[in-house]
Amino acid sequence: MSHTAPKAARQALRQCSRRVATASSPAATHFPRACILAPTRRNYVSESSPKQATVTVEKTMQQEQKSFIQQTGLASGQTQLPASGMGGEAAMSPSAAILKQATVMDEGTRPIYLDMQATTPTDPRVLDAMLPFFTGLYGNPHSRTHAYGWETDSAVEQARKHVADLIGADPKEIIWTSGATESNNMVIKGVARFFKKGGKKNHIITCQTEHKCVLDSCRHLQDEGFDITYLPVQSNGLINMEELEKAMRPETCLVSIMAVNNEIGVVQPLEEIGKLCRSKKIYFHTDAAQAVGKIPINVNEMHVDLMSLSGHKIYGPNGIGACYVRRRPRVRIDPIISGGGQERGLRSGTLAPPLIIGMGEAARICNEEMEYDSKRIAALSTKLTDGLLGMEHTSLNGDPSHHYPGCVNVSFAYVEGESLLMALKDIALSSGSACTSASLEPSYVLRALGNSDESAHSSIRFGIGRFTTDAEIDYVLKAVQQRVSFLRELSPLWELVQEGVDLNTIEWSQH
Amino acid sequence: MSSSTAVEVRSLYRSLLRQGREFAAYNFREYARRRTRDAFREHKAEADERRIQELMQKGLKELQILKRQTVVSQFFQLDRLVVEGGKTGKQTSGGGIVRQKDQGLD
Repeated sequence: MSHTAPKAARQALRQCSRRVATASSPAATHFPRACILAPTRRNYVSESSPKQATVTVEKTMQQEQKSFIQQTGLASGQTQLPASGMGGEAAMSPSAAILKQATVMDEGTRPIYLDMQATTPTDPRVLDAMLPFFTGLYGNPHSRTHAYGWETDSAVEQARKHVADLIGADPKEIIWTSGATESNNMVIKGVARFFKKGGKKNHIITCQTEHKCVLDSCRHLQDEGFDITYLPVQSNGLINMEELEKAMRPETCLVSIMAVNNEIGVVQPLEEIGKLCRSKKIYFHTDAAQAVGKIPINVNEMHVDLMSLSGHKIYGPNGIGACYVRRRPRVRIDPIISGGGQERGLRSGTLAPPLIIGMGEAARICNEEMEYDSKRIAALSTKLTDGLLGMEHTSLNGDPSHHYPGCVNVSFAYVEGESLLMALKDIALSSGSACTSASLEPSYVLRALGNSDESAHSSIRFGIGRFTTDAEIDYVLKAVQQRVSFLRELSPLWELVQEGVDLNTIEWSQH
Repeated sequence: MSSSTAVEVRSLYRSLLRQGREFAAYNFREYARRRTRDAFREHKAEADERRIQELMQKGLKELQILKRQTVVSQFFQLDRLVVEGGKTGKQTSGGGIVRQKDQGLD
């Protein structure tokens, strides 16, 4: 019986054969010593750190590989996986095999961009408007004494008018900032601090699915002694108007609700909220970074008092944003940045003409092309949504009717979102907002909708924009369908589901 | 529409399409083609002379922008997108498979 041979002897045999191969020293002299020597110590204590706690996909894949080799031997290349019809090497190294498929089919290697909620490509027409101000027209728009200043100033005012036209405002009501985050901070902290001077109003209402910068500004104000209400949302992502009305108090000074959610694309009923706020004489702020230029917005019809806009979400340059501050009835805010008194004293500091002109041009194009773009994006979105929801065990997050079509957030049950993103290396996607995509935590927006952790983990956001093509959507549909079924093939949960076991009835043993 | 303007319009249409093809970036190239075609189709029944002139002026301005921006685009070329070879599964160019890194096995 060969397998009963002592372990130590086998160890020694292996060691001496290695020695012969390398050093060719007389093996016999070493043999007894090798026999006595205990095998080298293998056990060690692993330190506990956040790095150890995260699951590395690569390592898991290596382990899977080993077990697969043991089953199939070395002929894995010839075998075929049962459901997906992919070659056996796909199980050996899933990411490599999937990438191989992607690259064999097509010659390019650059991923398709489908993350338009994070940022959008700069429109060539916008760049064309900006370039002169980077090269020749470098005047400071605040210089009143020479032509360099005048020409830049008139271009900046033109851009201001374009942005104002897009939202139906007066050009004087537009304040340039560095982005929507600054606008949000300026508005929330500014209004709150202004009212604190009066000493009466110290309550702010916001919503659980707001962008991080709104939530964090509110958290900051809480430390300063303000009272904040974080409204919950319904399971479709919309806020409940009755709950909003109930939350309002005599000392409420600001309601901040975003127009289009950045993760699920839900459009809040701005007009109703605006009317309610106006009737109670409460300022209404909306973060419209994801909405402006994509859905029609009019600050007067919607009774919006303050609005945040961003340049790089409307095919403009990064690092520029704007804030709409109503003049009639006048909205008073306490400026965060003090200085030379530019921008009505609300945001001091020299303006950035090239960026401002870029954002102005982007706003003009959005205004002009809104009908054409939204028709196209809606058509692509329907195609993508139908294709994705046509697969089994998938669901759309957010309300299907009050929805901006360019943001499609879909949950793929029994697939881990991060591993699907890994498998979809040839498509630039994200599981949530870019700000939180570095952490493996499930999205707080999806949690606020009442989704379970698993469902939040398995959600992926597809962003469609002006430059997305039909061919790209076809490619994405095909790739997602193929790889989701492949990843499910690897999942033991999927096997149970196929056998008809309800996963909620299983009692998982702790170990 | 008089015949001379018809010729001008057709010539502008062709030069816009030709110039749009020069974009190095796939998405901009496709957009230029699509947008040009759709814009001309949208206004194909335009009868008002002045409106036609206005649209022609706008088209000429766009052509100028295209001429500048296609050059800029060609200065900064990147890899091609995965969809650019077509989704038929066939390789369109004669060259081998483009890969950025070794794929493990074999």
